[in-house]
Amino acid sequence: MVNGKSQLLLNRAWLSVFLMLIGCLLTIAQAQSGTNTVEAVVSQDAFTELIHQLRDAKLRKKPALVKQLGELQDTRVEAVLQALLDGRLYYTKDDRRAVVFKENSEKGYRITDVVSGTLIGEIGKRQAKKIGVNNTLRRILRSKLAELKLDSDASEERLKAVKALSQKMDARLGHLLRDRLPGEEDDDVRAVMSLAIAILDVRGQDTGLRLDAIEILATDLSSNIRNTLNDLLRTNADGSFAETDKAVLEAATDALKKIDRQVWLYGLVETLFFGLSLGSVLALSAIGLAITFGVMGVINMAHGELMMVGAYTTYVIQQLMPNYQDSFILVAIPAAFLVSALLGICIERGVIRFLYGRPLETLLATFGISLILQQTVRSIFSPLNRSVSTPSWMSGSLEINSVLSLTLNRLYIIAFALIVFGLLLMVLKKTRLGLQVRAVSQNRSMAKAMGIRSERVDALTFGLGSGIAGVAGVALSQLTNVGPNLGQSYIVDSFMVVVFGGVGNLWGTLISGMSLGVANKILEPFAGAVLAKILILVAIILFIQIRPRGLFPQKGRAAED
Amino acid sequence: MYLQNVISTSLKRLSLCLLAFLTLSGTSAMAGDTIKVGVLHSLSGTMAISETTLKDTVLMMIDAQNAKGGLLGKKLEAVVVDPASNWPLFAEKARELIEQKKVDVVFGCWTSVSRKSVLPVFEELNGLLFYPVQYEGEESSKNVFYTGAAPNQQAIPAVDYLMNDIGVKRWVLAGTDYVYPRTTNKILESYLKIKGVADEDIMINYTPFGHSDWQSIVSDIKKFGSTGVKTAVVSTINGDANVPFYKELGNQGLSAEDIPVVAFSVGEEELSGLDTKPLVGHLAAWNYFMSVDTPENAAFIKEWKAFIKDDDRVTNDPMEATYIGFKMWVKAVEKVGTTEVDKVEPAMLGMRTPNLTGGIAVMNKNHHLSKPVLIGEIQEDGQFETVWETDGVVWGDAWTDFLPGSKDLAANWGPELRCGNFNRKTGKCSGTVY
Repeated sequence: MVNGKSQLLLNRAWLSVFLMLIGCLLTIAQAQSGTNTVEAVVSQDAFTELIHQLRDAKLRKKPALVKQLGELQDTRVEAVLQALLDGRLYYTKDDRRAVVFKENSEKGYRITDVVSGTLIGEIGKRQAKKIGVNNTLRRILRSKLAELKLDSDASEERLKAVKALSQKMDARLGHLLRDRLPGEEDDDVRAVMSLAIAILDVRGQDTGLRLDAIEILATDLSSNIRNTLNDLLRTNADGSFAETDKAVLEAATDALKKIDRQVWLYGLVETLFFGLSLGSVLALSAIGLAITFGVMGVINMAHGELMMVGAYTTYVIQQLMPNYQDSFILVAIPAAFLVSALLGICIERGVIRFLYGRPLETLLATFGISLILQQTVRSIFSPLNRSVSTPSWMSGSLEINSVLSLTLNRLYIIAFALIVFGLLLMVLKKTRLGLQVRAVSQNRSMAKAMGIRSERVDALTFGLGSGIAGVAGVALSQLTNVGPNLGQSYIVDSFMVVVFGGVGNLWGTLISGMSLGVANKILEPFAGAVLAKILILVAIILFIQIRPRGLFPQKGRAAED
Repeated sequence: MYLQNVISTSLKRLSLCLLAFLTLSGTSAMAGDTIKVGVLHSLSGTMAISETTLKDTVLMMIDAQNAKGGLLGKKLEAVVVDPASNWPLFAEKARELIEQKKVDVVFGCWTSVSRKSVLPVFEELNGLLFYPVQYEGEESSKNVFYTGAAPNQQAIPAVDYLMNDIGVKRWVLAGTDYVYPRTTNKILESYLKIKGVADEDIMINYTPFGHSDWQSIVSDIKKFGSTGVKTAVVSTINGDANVPFYKELGNQGLSAEDIPVVAFSVGEEELSGLDTKPLVGHLAAWNYFMSVDTPENAAFIKEWKAFIKDDDRVTNDPMEATYIGFKMWVKAVEKVGTTEVDKVEPAMLGMRTPNLTGGIAVMNKNHHLSKPVLIGEIQEDGQFETVWETDGVVWGDAWTDFLPGSKDLAANWGPELRCGNFNRKTGKCSGTVY
């Protein structure tokens, strides 16, 4: 028994000596081929080890692992952290060994091994599981990645990295930035770096350095910089300033005043932009109504549903063009116009033409149509909302500075509303149809006497108004839900805009839409969204009392009937 | 002549009576064959988006129960009505279900206002309602079982998570302007103040139903959250308004890492109508997520997809609540051997049934469930990843402890008290006021 054990030990000893020998040989061989390889082998092991821990760890343990990964001198770390942040880091379910990058492919996922960097192949969606991240982890990942990207070759990347890091400055980051500042070539990056360093300097002891830092800080409007300055002006419980250095105190107060004034100004610009964008949505949804209601005098309660049909057309077009996520909207605009216009013509020919001159019956009949359209859509597309994705060129915002950024989709919609308005004006003023429409709306029997087929003109006018409602639906699909109730939420607003602007006047519709939008946005911060809406309604009622024909009343003979 | 007339009319009447008797006995004989389950969910109108799913869930459960041989030897029969998102119509339809259709139990309602509307009907006619949606609490009726979350099973744990795990110090309470958000926010505001949050660190905002222009509100939230102190939004924004809200958050560049939004009305179903890319990382608090990996849940999802014949359909929390309610009702009926409300209701108390997240749901004496609370982050595929959960189940509190009027009240339908709003201070049951 004893003998057997010692035999075993002896065997083990031999074995380990043998292994060591092989190990030495290998090391020598590697050392000869290149001095760094040994280090690489070691770090590869640590890398693999950490990656595997990351795969198995609970969310709570992951931040520590990410920090360890970030400290490794390994070129693969950046890619892994980026993939983890983007949610592209998976592991295969069957052999839990491989941790992979995933790309979507036709069959499911195309996966690449993280450690070796080799392409493994394609697998089904159910065979891989994502390595989970949460917000805390994402924040850590972003700052780790920012540190790694400080030495990136692209100045864009460096700029982003410094900006991200300046949110949470500490002494260690200060050193990183100070080391890099002299060697930095890009002016923008230098400016952001000195700002970030100034945040640190201002908390220091040296009065001269602090005053310089405040001067630098005063040039920027970012919230973290305002907070840094605000911190300097913190008061104690008895109301005295915590800061004892008079000069610093004064400089900080002045700097803050200067910043606040600018922030206030940009705030005004922002409110104006919000108002105009709300106004353009209102105008867009009301322009079609301005034609059917304003020019033809038809109270069309189904106007909102025509917008809804336009929005659903956008959805269908998107489904039909899955590979053109950025351009489907350009196809959707004419398509929505056609579908809604045709539907409008059907409604006019089928129902409304029998009811001209009977506004109450028209109102009820079109209300019925609106309910029918809603329920039809519910039956075809289900009552659930449909999602229309925003093309990438329309999402995000145009950043003017750190307090003012204009959202792109709103900018496009303002432009779109103006274009639609311009085109419609052209049609009415410059084309034969427009001439006929105006003639019929001013004096039907005279127009008839001149040889205009007034019934055809009615149908086309109604179709034009409906088509524009459809186009408005395309714009709305980018802002709100595409669902059966889409139209209902806009119909009252549309009537409000048309009545306020003056029935029968296109310019009035545009201006009233814009001014209602701006007024609403000016009121909203003080009154809240609910009260703001009520106040606007009350204001309109009062206005109509004084000027019953709206902002721009029709003049001349047309106004008299 | 006169006599003839009399005879013929009386004959006619007699035959009519006979006919009526025959038909009546016929229907009653038919009623004996099945147990009727009423489904009172809107299939049209604004709430159809959420409620049709629950109607289908009940139908699926009935199918499954019938496949197992029904209940008490009888088949279950669904009686579906459509209250069309019209609150007064809910009460009419409830009356129709109980009085005319003679249903034995009703699964229904979504909005609080619809529940409040049917409540008097259920109490008057002694019906039985299973209400499967998270709500503001402050109610406990003998005739209603609440299988959704009470505020302390959703809102309070979510706030605790943000406060303790994320370190949130400033709060935006944003909601749609109606009873559920207003009550929930009142409870949360008082809870936050108890926890030492100052007035200026709480921003409360209400918006109308279906609000679609969120620019200035999101911009205000951004400003409110830029003081360098961790800020979070607690959202009771309901239904459709969420889509433009989250879109605006994405467009203005507010990411979940800066200002997380925790929502109480956004589930898998709502997310399926949304482009989820800009939402990744925002939170929701529920008692159930489709992504929870348990055998029960996998089976439920499989059954649902097969029933609805659509592989892309999702499951959500109110569906689980419907599931639990249905299972418990079946068990209670089996236990007492009848569907009579007065026998089933006491049998429900203390009823236990496995929930879909791997635990056991218990029906408490206050007609509310004990359930686990989960907090999940929205993922790119429209699912939630659980980032936090309670250790065990949380007892559903009908009357919150954080509102002055309600902290003294307690509900207990056990034989010792039989009261939905017992005032512990005065020792009285106020009975009719819910």
